[in-house]
Amino acid sequence: MAGYVLKRLLSIALTMAVMSVLIFWITQVMPGNVAYMILGDFASPQDVATLEAKLGLNDPAYVQYLRWATGLLQGDLGRSLVMDRPIAPVLWDAVGKSAILAGISIGLVALLGISLGVYAGVRHGRISDHIVSVATYINIAIPEFLWAIVIVMLFAGYLNWFPATGYSDLSSGFASWARHLILPVFTLVTGLIAHISRLTRSSMIDTMQTQYVRAARARGLPEKLVIRRHALPNALLPTITILAIDVGIMMGGIVVVETIFSYPGLGRLLMFAIQNMDVPLLQACMMVITFVYAAANLIADLLYAFLNPKVRYGRSSSE
Amino acid sequence: MAEAAANSRPQHRRAPLPASLIWGGVLLTVILALAIAGPSLSPYDLDALQLDMRLMPPSAVHWLGTDEFGRDVLSRVLNGAQSSLLMGFGATAVSLLFGVPLGLVAGYYRGWADEAIMRAVDVMISLPPIILGLLILSVTSPSLWKTVLAVGFVYIPIITRLTRGITLEVASEEYIQAARARVEGGWYILFHEILPNAWPPIIVESALRVTFAMLLAAALSFLGLGVQPPASDWGLMIAEARPFINSAPWIACSAGAALCVTVIAINLVGDGLREALDPRLARRR
Repeated sequence: MAGYVLKRLLSIALTMAVMSVLIFWITQVMPGNVAYMILGDFASPQDVATLEAKLGLNDPAYVQYLRWATGLLQGDLGRSLVMDRPIAPVLWDAVGKSAILAGISIGLVALLGISLGVYAGVRHGRISDHIVSVATYINIAIPEFLWAIVIVMLFAGYLNWFPATGYSDLSSGFASWARHLILPVFTLVTGLIAHISRLTRSSMIDTMQTQYVRAARARGLPEKLVIRRHALPNALLPTITILAIDVGIMMGGIVVVETIFSYPGLGRLLMFAIQNMDVPLLQACMMVITFVYAAANLIADLLYAFLNPKVRYGRSSSE
Repeated sequence: MAEAAANSRPQHRRAPLPASLIWGGVLLTVILALAIAGPSLSPYDLDALQLDMRLMPPSAVHWLGTDEFGRDVLSRVLNGAQSSLLMGFGATAVSLLFGVPLGLVAGYYRGWADEAIMRAVDVMISLPPIILGLLILSVTSPSLWKTVLAVGFVYIPIITRLTRGITLEVASEEYIQAARARVEGGWYILFHEILPNAWPPIIVESALRVTFAMLLAAALSFLGLGVQPPASDWGLMIAEARPFINSAPWIACSAGAALCVTVIAINLVGDGLREALDPRLARRR
């Protein structure tokens, strides 16, 4: 197990290193002239020269990369060009807010998605199974950004139950904090609940047809016990991997949801960086997202290996 | 369950086409026809501004109402079909074009080529799809073709992995050993022996990829990094209609419904193909 953990950690370190080169190359080296992109096409040559000197853009690409990468390793994320202040405090604040949103959402997804999937899987072929199947099928076809808008229209526009945008700090009252979170969380979880319940359902159906479940039934065990003790632990194993994938989907979803609900998290910060061509901020956001996703996959892989020693050496799974 | 059905069926008779394939096929044909005929069917000029007719609700004159510039929503939704289908199918074609050969080479030659390709795949999937799309598109001026390429690029690893897995299976078959014994060339074995036997799962996966690609492209357009105004694209239309969602919900709802119906149609075809081509996979769903 220790060897496996070490191997996975090494592979993640390597992936992060390659990804950092890729992120740096795409955002800073490839576009040609970052200074012109920041200042606009009609900037005066003096302004461009000043900015280039300020950003160190006249150095060779590898020098620029090494300077950036050593900074990252020392915890220095650089300065935002547009906000003109250190990135770290801004970024960690946004990460914290996104973590609240994502944490609540992934918890709900695990709880509701798995329950729904098990429920439908056990009732395979019955009417409640069909309802769950059709509902998840339609849900998968609705893109997050459309769903978010419809939810805003219904619950914030027509019904006026919850605020359509923004974030309220916990210090200014729990009720207000929760009211601001409800719609973004609802938007994020519905699609993922559909995803995980569909996969849990098929995993449950497969498990219910295995020999050991038949054997348990043949021994005359009550159906509840068969499901809880024999089928469920085996059917739930693949959902661990799926939850890690869902963390990835959710990080994409967060960009969309935070943009629509004006929620001051990592996703909105990323869009801010892209829209304003704030290259250092963009790079920092991308690195954090890569790291969080890698960590989620690592945790899922370790959990999977821990619970199922048979599969100790598999590739990490995604999508 | 599917096994029982397969055993009870007479061996020589072809299985009936799955219902989802028929329904999805019909729906998709209608959508394709509308997409092709869209420009000639649309009652109004796409960019005809009627500033006295802004944000009009659906009526006999404008069946789906008008948008904030007084443009006819029905005409724009009809024309948006081309853009969405183009992005969905175009991006999938891009990922197949690169993913299939890479997967074949990795799965057949193994060794350092396999190692290099799979490591590259690991790096590419270390960012969630939409984030990778944003990263690629963030630094260029957006356009439809760049979006197609970026979305196609995002899904290359999935196609590569899938093709590699199937290639590994097929490569151990006896007819591949026989081809090797005949000293056939590597390309011949890859494209004439392995690929024809590997395509059913690839086709099934591609069908589902089309919808993922379409939704991803729509999301990127929505975020402002895909198709640009004044083009008529469903994702872009929804983004443009967002400020008016409470006063003029028909714009976003029309474009959104068109997108959802198209995705469902392609998903139905994909599921039907899975049942028809790959019963082993179908049983797992």
